[in-house]
Amino acid sequence: MNRWPRLRAALAYALLLAFTLLFVAPVLFMLVGSLKPDELVLAEAGTLRAFFPDTISLDNYRAVFERVPFGLYLASSLIINGLIVGLGLLVNAFAGYALARLRWWGREAMLALVLAVLVIPFEAIAIPLFYQLSWIGWRDDWLVQAIPFVANPLAIFLFYSFFLGLPRELEEAARVDGAGVLRTFFVIVVPNAKAAFASVAIVLFLFHWGMYLWPLLMTTSEAVRPLPLGIANFHTLPPLQWGDIMAFGVLMVLPVLILFVVFQRWFVRGVASTGIKG
Amino acid sequence: MRDEGIVRERIPRGAPVNRPMRSSQAPAAWLLMTPALAGLLLFLLLPFGLAVVLSFSNLRMGSPLPLEFVGLANYTLAFTDTGLTRALLNNLLFALVVVPVQTALGLALALLLNRPLAGRAVFRTLFFLPVVFPLSLVAVVWVLIFAPGPDGLLNAALGLLTFGGWEPRDFLNDPFWALPAVMLTSIWQGVGFQMVVLLAGLQAIPRQLYEAAAVDGASRWRQFLHVTLPGLRNPLIFVVIVTTILSFRVFDQVRIMTRGGPQDASNTVIHEMVRTAFDQGHVAMGAAMSVVFFLVILGIALVQRRLLRQRGEVS
Repeated sequence: MNRWPRLRAALAYALLLAFTLLFVAPVLFMLVGSLKPDELVLAEAGTLRAFFPDTISLDNYRAVFERVPFGLYLASSLIINGLIVGLGLLVNAFAGYALARLRWWGREAMLALVLAVLVIPFEAIAIPLFYQLSWIGWRDDWLVQAIPFVANPLAIFLFYSFFLGLPRELEEAARVDGAGVLRTFFVIVVPNAKAAFASVAIVLFLFHWGMYLWPLLMTTSEAVRPLPLGIANFHTLPPLQWGDIMAFGVLMVLPVLILFVVFQRWFVRGVASTGIKG
Repeated sequence: MRDEGIVRERIPRGAPVNRPMRSSQAPAAWLLMTPALAGLLLFLLLPFGLAVVLSFSNLRMGSPLPLEFVGLANYTLAFTDTGLTRALLNNLLFALVVVPVQTALGLALALLLNRPLAGRAVFRTLFFLPVVFPLSLVAVVWVLIFAPGPDGLLNAALGLLTFGGWEPRDFLNDPFWALPAVMLTSIWQGVGFQMVVLLAGLQAIPRQLYEAAAVDGASRWRQFLHVTLPGLRNPLIFVVIVTTILSFRVFDQVRIMTRGGPQDASNTVIHEMVRTAFDQGHVAMGAAMSVVFFLVILGIALVQRRLLRQRGEVS
């Protein structure tokens, strides 16, 4: 049945290595490009030197900080995403818990509402939301890039599903002991729902770290613009220095990569369970 | 404390035990629900309603004209006088190419990684890596990969593979190549997602099914057709639908790589919407495009619900 086990394994490895080449080449190209003199990035792109440079320097990285306010972009991205993830975990876990566990008039209607708005993609409301917030004069700051994304129907739904699966006994014991709803939530539920919090945090972070359309619509000052807008603008800023742009790219993806390496299991699980990724 | 709880439960004889709890939980429930509810109403439902209302108006940024109801004029004009029709066709073509290619590739990778190979985790990490890259960054890197002339990475690689037979071209400024270039970029970035979902699906198929099929003398190919594919039905529907929806949401890559050009060859619905409403200030027309886009997404979501319900399964 399995007559050529070694041949099969060799074939599988050959295929995997070919795919690896395709997947890694652009990343390696970026990394190597960031380390060599600007004029050589494009000139050597067609040669093997694109992947194996003969000279290495960090000049491009210094240029990134000199030519654009990289520190500001990074700070903006961190603040915006910190707000979205921090407030998002709290607000959506609250809602998910109320929907999954509490008995109240209006529960069914609220659950139906959350499921209904799940189908509205952000792009469908970007223009009217842009108009709505501009109309009240709210634009061009960090908060306007974060607050609209705190309440998230998908995150509510993920928490709701997770809380439904938690055994009730613990909460009931706490309730019998006289603990109120909020106390039960923070003391009993949260410590037992670390997996849900981790998944939702990763999903919220991953989705919003790369957000480009909304900051493009809502910001005009460099001081509040996040990294994706930074690299898009840098890439059109003359003189076109590809080495600098690649260095910007490496710096931009580094925080995500560190998180990814540390929390890989959660990334894969979170993305697989939700399919969210713009 | 504990005694009180027991006593309280004993008092309402004959009444449902949780009746007092129900009334006491409502204020807490609304307290917990209100922040999320406010967010959803203000930043999701209100703009959504506004999209519908504005799409029937003549609103333009900075226009001195009074606001008027113009009926369906924006909708008819959107299809005849803007790039919307071409953009919708481009999105459709994008979906028709990217969805099958990306799913097949994701399935191939998942099948390869579902074998007991050394270094499996490393390969999985490498293939998944592009998924965590922001699209804006991916787009900028691929602009460089698609650089024109024989020095461009892709041009040079194709020249090498065809022993110099490849004529170097300016992919992103070529009416034929611009859209495929955006597609390739998107596939590279997204295929790791299909892979992890399908890999999880593969690992959920009971081993006994394969053993039974092998005992019955089924070849590997027949095992794939009659055990693997049916077992992957729901994950496959899931990734196909998600990728189809993403194919209609494409924006970042287009804005950064081609700006929809040349001559709208790589324009997409969202890019046309942003260009109309934001770059040109025609908010009402952009709102009409938002509504058209939403209806497309709603249609896809309804198809998904139908497919998953057919067997009484809910995802």
